[in-house]
Amino acid sequence: MKITKKEVVHVAKLARLDLDEEAIDTYTGQLEDILTYMDTLNRVDTRDISPTSHAIFISNAFREDEVKPSISVESALANAPRSENGSFVVPKVIG
Amino acid sequence: MDLCRLTIHEAHNLLTRKDITSVELTSAVFDRIGQVEDMVGAYITLVQDQAMAQAAGADEMIRQGKGGPLTGVPVAIKDVLCTEGIRTTCGSKILENFIPPYSATVVRKLKEAHAVIVGKTNMDEFAMGSSTEHSAIKVTRNPWDLTRIPGGSSGGSAAAVAADECIGAIGTDTGGSIRQPACHCGVVGLKPTYGAVSRFGLVAFASSLDQVGPIAKDVTDCAILMNGICGYDPNDSTSVPRDVPDYTRGLRAGLKGLAVGIPAEYFAAGVDEDVAQALSDAITVIEGLGATCKSVSLPHTEYAVAVYYLIAPAEASSNLARYDGVRYGFRDKEAEELIRMYSDTRSKGFGSEVQRRIIIGTYALSAGYYDAYYGKASRVRTLIMQDFNKAFETCDVLLAPVAPTPAFRLGEKLADPLAMYLSDIFTLPASLAGIAGISVPCGFSKDGTPIGLQILSKHFDEEKIIRVAYSFEQATDFHTKMPNL
Repeated sequence: MKITKKEVVHVAKLARLDLDEEAIDTYTGQLEDILTYMDTLNRVDTRDISPTSHAIFISNAFREDEVKPSISVESALANAPRSENGSFVVPKVIG
Repeated sequence: MDLCRLTIHEAHNLLTRKDITSVELTSAVFDRIGQVEDMVGAYITLVQDQAMAQAAGADEMIRQGKGGPLTGVPVAIKDVLCTEGIRTTCGSKILENFIPPYSATVVRKLKEAHAVIVGKTNMDEFAMGSSTEHSAIKVTRNPWDLTRIPGGSSGGSAAAVAADECIGAIGTDTGGSIRQPACHCGVVGLKPTYGAVSRFGLVAFASSLDQVGPIAKDVTDCAILMNGICGYDPNDSTSVPRDVPDYTRGLRAGLKGLAVGIPAEYFAAGVDEDVAQALSDAITVIEGLGATCKSVSLPHTEYAVAVYYLIAPAEASSNLARYDGVRYGFRDKEAEELIRMYSDTRSKGFGSEVQRRIIIGTYALSAGYYDAYYGKASRVRTLIMQDFNKAFETCDVLLAPVAPTPAFRLGEKLADPLAMYLSDIFTLPASLAGIAGISVPCGFSKDGTPIGLQILSKHFDEEKIIRVAYSFEQATDFHTKMPNL
């Protein structure tokens, strides 16, 4: 077994996803198949191979630190589910 | 003459000669949309009033003699690219009502060229899929056979081009999402080298792989659109500063003396008979044009699916953390506590494929599994890149199928995610290596669905694959065939 229901629930919690029982069963079965397939990578010897995280070689992309126009507070808040007094409003964090 | 059937270069000639106006052309495109969109379902959002106003503005530019190759040309934009003031959904419920406060660099460039924006096209949610079936908004059907998928994730853009619901379109490709739908819809799609086109304003899926590119009716149009969107952008730190060529310039240079590699691994078992036949015929045509074909090996091809489906979900799980119901998008308003609000919002807002990939990605990056999954995949990615580097030491371009089969039927692979992932085998390696690839029509299956030829080059050698694709296109008549809608 590659992955248990308990692990799926744990990973979902890390990703802030709340799964119902049916979804847990479905994803556990599908992830089992997918992760088993991923094991084909273990056939490859990668001992002296460095990892690639980016296909094109670019070193640090620097720019001058200049003040430029940016979007207004109004347009930044225009898509907010809730906003008030120029701020995003969220449910209470501390009880 | 049915104006909606025109290519970009044909439309440009007629517009410049004042034989037609952009208002007439744009009206013809919207008439066509009125006739076929109910069947095809290519668009999520149409902006007709705005488009007609842009067309009138373009006509004025042309009257003043200031028109360029894209002036007055109606184009469709995949709904993953931000368009200021026009809803941008990413095919997701979580962004169903999101109206961006700015435009992607690619969209800005098209506007500055006075192209006419017709609307935003359907896609798999957050570009995660190979069939457009993972759209939370609607179904898109293949114009050649309405029971089949248009490919994905840029299925709406490819279907809109094939059905003449626009003159050209923009898509994005993370693991094949331009090349594969272009192949299945019988049109031309170019995935540029990573870093050639700005990703600024492109809603991120997998940042080390995402790339924007054109989908068009023929190779010339593809080159014209590429000219319009490419180039360095200081707003994208992975955009590469370099001189940009005119991609239309070398179209007619021919194939004499060109070294063409045929990677054996792309022609192994598992390729559909009709696809194998079409590819074999295409190789014969390209040899007949003066190129020298030889067999090469890309030995790590078989690992591309596993590598991609670890790296892309890992990057996605991080990128999609931003959808938390706070600053934009859907929020589940019932939750009274912050953490509850995050998880209720994400669970209700994301579709099942997106949730599946977030879980895979989070797992692959989690403590105890990082080295075994993400780390291992990143190392095998290096080997896949080295395979290509070696092949391009002796070859100018590589020829391959785009997909192992013609377009599958709607629903066929929906319940089996791994089967869907495996259908991407021939487009993923180039994405992982960041190299350029084009899909050009090269035949039809016995059922009459299109088959595409994939041509790959090393980094920033788009001119060469465009030249091969153009020579092949001019020697064949597949691009002149139209779906019967």
